[in-house]
Amino acid sequence: MRRNLSGRKYIIIAIFIVVAVIFVARLLYLQVIDDSYLLSAENNVLRKNTIYPNRGLIYDKNGKLLVYDEAAYDLMVIPRKVKTIDTVEFCSLLGITDSVFISKMTKAKKYSRYKSSLFLAQISKEDFGFLAEKLYKYPGFFVRSRSLRKYPKPIAAHILGYIAEVNNNEINTNPYYSSGDYIGKSGIEKFYEKELRGKKGVQVVMVDVHNRQQGSYKNGKYDSIAEAGKNLYLTIDADLQEYAEKLMVNKIGSIVVIDPKTGGILTFVTSPTYDPNLLVGRVRSKNFQMLMKDSLKPLLNRAIMGTYPPGSTFKVVNALVGLQEGVLHEGTSYSCNGPQTTPIRCTHHHITPLQLKMGIEQSCNPYFWNVFRSIINNPKYNSVEKAFGSWRKDVTSMGFGKKFNTDIPFEKPGSIPTLDLYNKIYGKGHWNALTIRSLAIGQGEILVTPLQMANFSAVIANKGFYYPPHLVTAIGSKENKIPRFHEKQMTEIEEKYFDVVQEAMLNVFEGEHGTARWSKLEGVKIGGKTGTVQNPHGKDHSMFIAFAPVGDPKIAMSVIIENSGYGSTWAAPIASLLIEKYLNDTIVRKHIEKRMLDGNLISRE
Amino acid sequence: MRNRGNIFQNIDRVTILLYFLLVFVGWINIYAAVYNDEHQSILDMSQNYGKQLIWISTSIILILVIFLIEAKFFSTFSYVIYFLMVLVLIAVLLVGKEIAGSKSWFQIGSFSIQPAEFAKFATALALAKYLSQIDVDITRLKTKLFAGFIIFAPAALILLQHDTGSAMVFVAFALVLFREGLSGSLLVLGFVLAVLFILALLINKFILIGILAVFTVLVYVLNKRLRKKYMIITGLFLMAAVYILSVDFAFENILEPHQKNRINVLLGKKKDPHGVGYNVHQSVIAIGSGGFSGKGFLKGTQTKYDFVPEQSTDFIFCTIGEEWGFVGTFVLILLFVALLIRLVILAERQRSRFSRIYGYGVASVIFFHFAVNIGMTIGLFPVIGIPLPFISYGGSSLWAFTVLLFIFVKLDSVRMDLL
Ligand SMILES: [Zn+2]
Repeated sequence: MRRNLSGRKYIIIAIFIVVAVIFVARLLYLQVIDDSYLLSAENNVLRKNTIYPNRGLIYDKNGKLLVYDEAAYDLMVIPRKVKTIDTVEFCSLLGITDSVFISKMTKAKKYSRYKSSLFLAQISKEDFGFLAEKLYKYPGFFVRSRSLRKYPKPIAAHILGYIAEVNNNEINTNPYYSSGDYIGKSGIEKFYEKELRGKKGVQVVMVDVHNRQQGSYKNGKYDSIAEAGKNLYLTIDADLQEYAEKLMVNKIGSIVVIDPKTGGILTFVTSPTYDPNLLVGRVRSKNFQMLMKDSLKPLLNRAIMGTYPPGSTFKVVNALVGLQEGVLHEGTSYSCNGPQTTPIRCTHHHITPLQLKMGIEQSCNPYFWNVFRSIINNPKYNSVEKAFGSWRKDVTSMGFGKKFNTDIPFEKPGSIPTLDLYNKIYGKGHWNALTIRSLAIGQGEILVTPLQMANFSAVIANKGFYYPPHLVTAIGSKENKIPRFHEKQMTEIEEKYFDVVQEAMLNVFEGEHGTARWSKLEGVKIGGKTGTVQNPHGKDHSMFIAFAPVGDPKIAMSVIIENSGYGSTWAAPIASLLIEKYLNDTIVRKHIEKRMLDGNLISRE
Repeated sequence: MRNRGNIFQNIDRVTILLYFLLVFVGWINIYAAVYNDEHQSILDMSQNYGKQLIWISTSIILILVIFLIEAKFFSTFSYVIYFLMVLVLIAVLLVGKEIAGSKSWFQIGSFSIQPAEFAKFATALALAKYLSQIDVDITRLKTKLFAGFIIFAPAALILLQHDTGSAMVFVAFALVLFREGLSGSLLVLGFVLAVLFILALLINKFILIGILAVFTVLVYVLNKRLRKKYMIITGLFLMAAVYILSVDFAFENILEPHQKNRINVLLGKKKDPHGVGYNVHQSVIAIGSGGFSGKGFLKGTQTKYDFVPEQSTDFIFCTIGEEWGFVGTFVLILLFVALLIRLVILAERQRSRFSRIYGYGVASVIFFHFAVNIGMTIGLFPVIGIPLPFISYGGSSLWAFTVLLFIFVKLDSVRMDLL
């Protein structure tokens, strides 16, 4: 039968008693024997003073300061200590209304009567001067010093991003933050939040019942020193950035300029943009609302979040794939019947039949339909699906259809259609080159971001490889580079196939029929390709990719101007001016510059 | 079938007295913890102490309801109650409200209810029901597995709500199993595993395995009797080594950062006076500053500013320690031990196995809360957010502990009627 287990009750009771004895012993030690916790007879209490470190500074590639901190003050309140005060005077001192005062007090009381809450954030140095003299009249209120971000030049708002107070969700998910702290919300302020913010310090002090400081607690044993945030060194060239933003005034679109030798982004413009100083301090939320409501969406970062069908610029991609897959050669020639050609008509007038270089230069649709068909019907792969898979692999190796995942938050991957997509739309085995022919000319299911186009331009400039485009080159000191950004990414396309493409792109500027011949820059060999992005909602967008100098590339870019029609009218001259600025530093072609600066392509309804 | 007429006949007065003493101590200390000049009335319903009075009154109603219910109901419907509770735990995962990082609350109007608190008594009932069956023998593997399943199903659901503390409470039922015949060596094994766990985090895993290896060799060399069992000894050693490695792996890869932090701070591996460790340090200062006789009622200073977190809930013990000193904390611990021992005595005098096992369930759960909560506030355990029974502010917790305790008081009051 069963064992007699009732003896076990003694073991259980013994466990209870042992734990209780341990607790009593510990409490005896804490409360009676160890007197280090006894605070002095005047009933001193401890107070935690948070010491806020300076946020890291941000420099451009040439050491120009882009962002720094300026002193500001937060007005804090401990509701329990607030006595009856002259609210009228107090409100006028702060420049707030009576109802704001009441709502802020209510909020503070709701949070805690004993703990300090933020009453009024980010009072500037000037306003604080007046306040400081009178503050003694208002018990319960005190200031803590904070800092505000300042931008010496009103540029690069989308790159830098902005900081704002942490929200409840951020406080709950990350114990580092407490109410009133700032956190990077977008751009590199967000991505490099950890590096920039530094580390808060705490000073534990004893205060008496009148809240007067009595000195540090236990000789600062529990204090910690604030650590300043680390400085960041960008790849951005502030002068070029500023110039590009100027050129884009009154135009919608984006410019991304990359140093092909490093992948560092030299210029990153999305337009319309805004002055980063607008999103600082007490005016932040008001201005933010205003920018949110703007129909031109100045907060949208078109360079990474705008996705466009690449149009004719994508023909260069198909040319490279065709060459690599062995179905296209420099001398491959196809005929073009102009507007009568099937299945895709031609929009240009040129000689026929024509070869690859001329095909690129003249952006001949029928030529690239033939190229694409030969890629998809490549006998090497005995099936459309396999050939398509290979096409897709080649295309994505050039940076399309995926995020670079470097240091640009909210980047979109764009889209290169998959096998599954077409099998789903048309059914397995029910599609072929003809079905998906729009891919030949960069239309259809392809979407790319301006950043990806700029990177593609760098791929051509480098003849087959790229470094992931990024914004920050070093953290803390200029020498402390980020290794992950300097890993060379090889594409599927071999170096030798780029020569003919580069020559064709050079002809876009230099050839007598080149589409960008009016934007040619004396003494600099530029390779480029225009494209028109069909826009069902209005005038077409123009797209342009360019790199220079051919042979020893120092700059590669993409320019997209929305609703501007042909690439040659706006996008190409802007690209050419940027190259001139970057390589020669001075602009000689003042007439082109003037036309670009004055151009207004925005029609507000 | 005597005394059917009076439902209050035969109730255990000692338990009732201890219950009301603890609840009262809780209420006045909640008042002290959140006391402020503007809301001096202890009946102010906008403050935690006013609200706690509502919880106390409703708890008394709950007690009356429990006394009115036929005692048989609890054993007959224990599986049903348990099953419903599991459903509620699943429901809270789907439609619950997230408070402070755990999705474990139902919001009804302005009140929040935490079902995890009530899962404890339901589990105690189901476990008692299962183990009290005639043909159930705890020494059999099948029984152990099934009992384990009853315990860990709700625990797992609570863990999914990110309420690690409440989930851990279910470990307490090991004591019940022990009383019902689970081999004591299993408890010892559990203890050894816990010690190895802490050592594995404190000491480099390879050094620890090395020490164990030397120890194993020593046992082998020195003890002739054990030498014959070298297979078992080597096996144990290998298991310990695998365990240490997997603890290390689990710690690095499975625990969430804040949990890792808490453990690291407690083990002294990480100096972090302003994060998790800072709270514990402040709690210890508050208690320590109470001295022998305390600063006096409402005179505490440390617990009134932003030093001690959750001062009326999980850290209520700080207020008691600060204002009532060692005298107060000693008396409180005495009250708890008295209650726990009383519960064991009551459990042992039951004729029905069901009542006895349930009684041990009650004692185990209260003990676990008591040990972990006070251990946390005096810096002996990691910060695990579970309330101090009957003392901490909170409706769910007070109701749940009241129900847990008084079902047993009811069962005890009819112990003569059964069989
Ligand atoms: Zn043509």
